[in-house]
Amino acid sequence: MDLFEYQARDLFESHGVPVLAGAVATTPEEAETAANSMGGKVVVKAQVKVGGRGKAGGVKLAVDGADAREKAAAILGMDIKGHIVHKVMIAQAAPIESEYYLAILLDRANRNFLVMASVAGGMEIEEVAHTSPEKLARVGIDPNVGITADIAREIVSAGQFPADVADQVIEVLLKLWAAFVSEDATLMEINPLVKTSDGRVVALDGKVTLDDNAGFRHPSHEALIDHAATNPLEALAKEKDLNYVKLDGQVGIIGNGAGLVMSTLDVVAYAGEKYGVKPANFLDIGGGASAEVMANGLSIILGDTDVKSVFVNVFGGITACDAVANGIVQALEILGTSATKPIVVRLDGNNVIEGRRILNEAAHPLIEQLDTMDGAAARAAELAAK
Amino acid sequence: MAIFINEHSRVLVQGMTGSEGTKHTRRMLQSGTNIVGGVTPGKGGQVVDIEGKSLPVFNSVSEAVAATGANASVIFVPPKFAKAAVIDAIDAALPIVVVITEGIPVHDSAAFFAYAQSKGTTRLIGPNCPGLISPGKSNIGIIPADITGPGRIGLVSKSGTLTYQMMYELRDFGFSTAVGIGGDPIIGTTHIDCLRAFQDDPDTDAIVMIGEIGGDGEERAAAFIGEYVTKPVVGYVAGFTAPEGKTMGHAGAIVSGSSGTAAAKKSALEAVGVQVGKTPSETANLMRALLNG
Repeated sequence: MDLFEYQARDLFESHGVPVLAGAVATTPEEAETAANSMGGKVVVKAQVKVGGRGKAGGVKLAVDGADAREKAAAILGMDIKGHIVHKVMIAQAAPIESEYYLAILLDRANRNFLVMASVAGGMEIEEVAHTSPEKLARVGIDPNVGITADIAREIVSAGQFPADVADQVIEVLLKLWAAFVSEDATLMEINPLVKTSDGRVVALDGKVTLDDNAGFRHPSHEALIDHAATNPLEALAKEKDLNYVKLDGQVGIIGNGAGLVMSTLDVVAYAGEKYGVKPANFLDIGGGASAEVMANGLSIILGDTDVKSVFVNVFGGITACDAVANGIVQALEILGTSATKPIVVRLDGNNVIEGRRILNEAAHPLIEQLDTMDGAAARAAELAAK
Repeated sequence: MAIFINEHSRVLVQGMTGSEGTKHTRRMLQSGTNIVGGVTPGKGGQVVDIEGKSLPVFNSVSEAVAATGANASVIFVPPKFAKAAVIDAIDAALPIVVVITEGIPVHDSAAFFAYAQSKGTTRLIGPNCPGLISPGKSNIGIIPADITGPGRIGLVSKSGTLTYQMMYELRDFGFSTAVGIGGDPIIGTTHIDCLRAFQDDPDTDAIVMIGEIGGDGEERAAAFIGEYVTKPVVGYVAGFTAPEGKTMGHAGAIVSGSSGTAAAKKSALEAVGVQVGKTPSETANLMRALLNG
């Protein structure tokens, strides 16, 4: 889960990473109140989970509360690269002397963690890495050792931080590592980390990604979820414990296993090229899927008004094809006349003969069975185009 | 021969007394795997009868190894307890530890992987994987044993069901070993590890490599194929239609910005001469054509 900037700021603050005063606002009035309580100049910043908001006009300086109200009114509701701004952050403005960069992230390739540090802050770090790689220090972190004071000192030296801020940056690194571990983060980035004109080092903007798999030990992370941005069908699927992602096509997809479902989307996309249709969703009913799970999945997909046909693609490993077949039949019984879209089914693997027999016997007018994945994908695409 | 596991594998099941553990212990026994016992902390001393075999339960992997001579383990414990179970197995210096559990926090995986590296005696496979099978010899994990039999193709895949699908497509040839390496961001055994082992295995003639979006493991595997692998390899990559920034089922299956895309993986493989199929069936046909010369 990616956090908004204001959530990252609050998380940093709770772990002692130095930040400036900041508050979130959803209306111009709230923005004015927040700005007044801070006093002086503030920055009004669009809260969107996408880069480039500054260039898009989503960050504006305001001289006082009334100005902040005006700026917030202009920014709220903006569309930044397809993201509608529902919230702004009001942040205390500070005179900046230098901008730095600090990040801790999961390093998949080396299977450990990585610290990146640079005195060339404020711009996209990919750009720094590309144009002046010598200015970007990269230090691998052993998960079982972490960032100790000595390692933090090495990082600060490798990143060529000036002597007058070294101790403060070390302190930030130690706090940031503690936050990274205790929140089960996979990314904590501060860009920029700034030195203010009075010599303080503070995090001015931050990005945080938290590990969804670690939710069980972080009940507080639940409150960070952005429900407004969640697609209603995705929310419904989540309630039913289904792994569902809404896409923008017409062929509804149900399969078992993440890899097979991803593959099914691709095969449908190829088959759909000549009909101008695409997959409508990703839905993995998982291993050992029961009839009930199949019924839940089918009802979500049939409830998607974009869907014109459905492709159920199951290779029975642990999942038995007869259970899948029963699930389809039961789902159609429950849905009754509300189910009107054709369903192409391809079953293979565990108990396939029984599974196919159940579907043949049910002889439901909406169900069509095909033997191969490629053939079934082509048929589902064809039906969606009708 | 085969890679990683064979008829001499003596297997412990960590979490055998749980419902998933019991179910899959039964399936593994049915497919001929030599299961020698289970480990569940606090239940040591019990004996569990599964599939006509009396299996002793131990409190720790070290105790179990001392009593049974086990040389591999498979882990079915829930995410919350997985890290402790893996560390227990590494401490017992088991050469092969297969972690089936899905949903382990990546900080835990990072910690136990680093621990295994520092000890240098354990190969971890997974987490979030279906395990591996050397048909007719040993089956550790949840891969169905009845899809196909022994043969001379090696298979390595991030995905479980695509492993089954590919084994099914090439069932007339059979496999030396099929390894599901798992779909998490951090996994113990990579495509490269398996490619190296298959290249060095005299009983493997050709290799199918299945990848998916996320990370750059396939790109690095492609570079490795270019410099080390002389046996024929065909590839398949899933996730061309996955949108950026969305996790597609597997925790590691995510395109971030321009990195981790299926297109990049496919072109990296093709650049080293690996033929990449558009669908699993087409991939199987590429392998079929290679083997039939």
